[in-house]
Amino acid sequence: MTDREELHEVQLTVNGTARRARVPARRLLSDFLRHDLQLTGTHVGCEHGVCGACTVLLDGAAVRSCLLLAVSADGAEITTVEGLTEPDGTLSPVQQAFADCHGLQCGFCTPGFLTTITAGLRANPEPELEQAREMIGGNLCRCTGYHNIVASVLRAAEIQREREAGTEDGRAAGDRREQEASQP
Amino acid sequence: MSSLFGASVQRVEDDRLVRGHGAYLDDLGHDALVAAFVRSPFAHARILDIDVSAALEVDGLVAIYTYEDLPGRIADPLPLLIPHPSLTHGRTPYPLAKDEVNHVGEAVAMVIARDRYLAEDAADRIDVSYEPLPPVVGLDAARAAEHLVHADVPGNRAGNEVQEHGDAAAAVAAAPHVLELDFEIERSASTPLEGRGVLASWDPQAGRMLIWTSTQTSTGVRAAVAAKLGLALADVDVITPDVGGGFGVKIMHPWPEEVLVPWAAQLLGQPVKFTEDRREHFIASAHERAQQHHVRVGFDDEGRILGLDVRFWHDNGAYIPYGLIVPIVTSTQLLGPYKPGAYRVEFDSLYTNTVIVTPYRGAGRPQGAFVMERTMDAIAAELGLDRTVVRERNFIQPGEMPYDQGLIFQDGRPLIYDSGDYPALLAQLKDLIGWDKFADFAEEARSQGRRVGIGLACYVEGTGVGPYEGGHVVVETSGKVKVATGLTTQGQGHHTVLAQVVADELGVRLEDVEVVTGDTRRFGYAVGTFASRTAVMSGSAVALAARKARAKALRVAAEAMEASADDLEIVDGVVRVKGDPAGGIALGTVAVLSNPLRYAFDDAAQAATQFAGGGDLNKPPIAEDDEPGIEGRGYFSPVRSTFAAGMHAAIVETDPDTAEVTILRYCVVHDCGRLINPRIVEGQIHGGVAQGVGGALYERMAYDDEGQLVNASFMDFLMPYVSEVPPHIEIGHLETPSPLNPLGIKGAGEAGVIPGAAVLAAAIEDAEGIPITSMPLSPSDLFALRRTRETES
Repeated sequence: MTDREELHEVQLTVNGTARRARVPARRLLSDFLRHDLQLTGTHVGCEHGVCGACTVLLDGAAVRSCLLLAVSADGAEITTVEGLTEPDGTLSPVQQAFADCHGLQCGFCTPGFLTTITAGLRANPEPELEQAREMIGGNLCRCTGYHNIVASVLRAAEIQREREAGTEDGRAAGDRREQEASQP
Repeated sequence: MSSLFGASVQRVEDDRLVRGHGAYLDDLGHDALVAAFVRSPFAHARILDIDVSAALEVDGLVAIYTYEDLPGRIADPLPLLIPHPSLTHGRTPYPLAKDEVNHVGEAVAMVIARDRYLAEDAADRIDVSYEPLPPVVGLDAARAAEHLVHADVPGNRAGNEVQEHGDAAAAVAAAPHVLELDFEIERSASTPLEGRGVLASWDPQAGRMLIWTSTQTSTGVRAAVAAKLGLALADVDVITPDVGGGFGVKIMHPWPEEVLVPWAAQLLGQPVKFTEDRREHFIASAHERAQQHHVRVGFDDEGRILGLDVRFWHDNGAYIPYGLIVPIVTSTQLLGPYKPGAYRVEFDSLYTNTVIVTPYRGAGRPQGAFVMERTMDAIAAELGLDRTVVRERNFIQPGEMPYDQGLIFQDGRPLIYDSGDYPALLAQLKDLIGWDKFADFAEEARSQGRRVGIGLACYVEGTGVGPYEGGHVVVETSGKVKVATGLTTQGQGHHTVLAQVVADELGVRLEDVEVVTGDTRRFGYAVGTFASRTAVMSGSAVALAARKARAKALRVAAEAMEASADDLEIVDGVVRVKGDPAGGIALGTVAVLSNPLRYAFDDAAQAATQFAGGGDLNKPPIAEDDEPGIEGRGYFSPVRSTFAAGMHAAIVETDPDTAEVTILRYCVVHDCGRLINPRIVEGQIHGGVAQGVGGALYERMAYDDEGQLVNASFMDFLMPYVSEVPPHIEIGHLETPSPLNPLGIKGAGEAGVIPGAAVLAAAIEDAEGIPITSMPLSPSDLFALRRTRETES
């Protein structure tokens, strides 16, 4: 019998809640979130940091949780897709935008896009079309052809503005804006 | 006609999914044991010995299984799903390799452990001794047959089929113009973001098996597992959880893992789960597309095809569990919207020591469209005619519908197009892309030293193949409507569009309808999701089921209201006298009334008490030919497939130095019959076009001579990111309703991908003036073609 793996204590904050667990040194952060904390909204699509499905926010920055060890996230503040929703259950602007713009089909890659765009809009709350495309340039989606995801980025920025101004009206205007911008 | 059919309503699936509350296969079974597999590192080898002793030391190991451990029918080769008279040498794999491996990635041993890390630790320590055999890699090697994949299959030929309509050879020989052309398409794959996965739980007390699997056919997996484990069908249920994309690869079943995991769960008395990793998906699931074609075409001075003679070779990989479907589809759908004077097609389906080949979105049609459309362009070039003119002259005309191509289609039935208007589609496409104005744009671009080109490609897609699907609709006493259909969903928005259909048929609000797919506990008879068939098949089935439920609701309500059912309507879930919004009975109350056992558990039952009593006390509470409840069950079984059609056009620019291809415009016109939800259809087109672009310019399975897949990762297999996909896809719809189903639908799931390689090849050829006969085309490939031309000239 090989030796049982040595366990290491990890303490971190996930979606605002303090969590503590003992895990082997080699446990990936993605597996830790999914299987130890049972936050299965974070998905694993490639296990080598290329597809972006496992993206979470680590101290506010979008990172690929399949490329991090859980022990190296000790002390960090993590936000997963489950933590994007407002405390009252309202969808975040990015989540709402994906529903408004048909920004998802199978939904498997979606959590990684949602976290990536959440971080992206913090850095650039009013992206132009090209910047919206750039913002999602490192995430793979096999279903949508990205068109409606780009529209969702623009729509999310719009919802953010509307919520700040208290004028959200539920229109998928980002979609239209993108369409208008698309005329050659 | 109705309010929801045809409306771009928001998807009902999304709220849960954007919250991260989806439940995909690996999100389930936290307490399950986990399987990992030892897979062959050789493309072709004899297994000499499997030594597991070092693995037995691994902490957390539960079990190791090799072929020798497999009992009964599990030790047999996996089933040949679709036998065919032309498939003379069908070979399928064993769940775990017996004596020989035939591709890198073939499963050799299964390890069960406490978690995946430990299972892989143990798998790493299993020492398999192999005697390598010469591998057969690629179609050239398969055709040469210097080595054989299976020693008992001469020429590596799994099957050969010929179909002919008229005397093509004679027609070509007699034609004033003849061209001989060669084409090649390389391998790609479905590559959903979620790979395969299966979780099984055996209940020893009840003697029942429950399986969750990431599949396109839960009923197929259920029947396969029941047969393999010797269980009654009634004792096996298969649930399809959220599925992270399919695109064809998950219609293949049963995978070795889908048999082995339930077997292990039964043996160990504990739930067992397998989740495929990305490398496994590349080397142990399925690919598609690789074909070589030789075309002889004879035509007149006007470009009309008099005879078309196509010989092609199809790479089916190491085994052929899914039969000849892909090459049969290629051979029949190659004809697209055209009517050659005579047509002959012959193919060989050949074994290679590579991953198996099963349908990937389009399922043989992209190759057929590539060959046909490139041939059309070659004819136009030969005669100096506009490419659209040559196509127009070969189109089947709307007045000729239904049109019999004189061939047998993939469903074993005559290839008869049901409806369509190809000249109208072409006119719409030319208008959309500005075909007639392109010459000016090209001239201007050329004057600036730029290279631009335009191309188009047409397709016809047999969709909605049979044999059947069914649907069940039940109105609960709450007024909520529960709908079930047996086929599965992988992100296409089926729950939304089927709810739209039922809400309209029944007269209820969309939010009161809930649809379940792919759960054999809810609906046991089904075929599966493939061939763009869900809207046609299950859409029609749930419509028929809803009509039955509606008729029953009207009958029961008519009795209670002492009215004639003909005078009633259902609006927003209330049965009322036509045109009279006052009064009426809520549908939930009608559901109570339909059931003589009426304990007043809920509000609806209490409300129904005002209608209680009555009835003839000398008759049974439920008439002989009646049933309790407001329910309907419907099956739809069409006489043959519907035929959707479409045409794409693209304008590309090629870089004079780097040979990089940029898509400047991409236009789609298509006809999938009546649209249930235009936004969802457009989403399907966007995704299909992206896969078409990937297949045309980026994606290839790079096997080396030893049969190693050297790009088996998302780092090296170039699936498009947003930067590779045209920013704008311009779409036009045409709706010619199908006469073959109650809703006039044709299906739209696969269409977007079909003409991708053909249209981009045409546009690049136009920009470069070099014949493009092989796809995908990387910048290096184009650069090499330029070099060759310079050398030759």
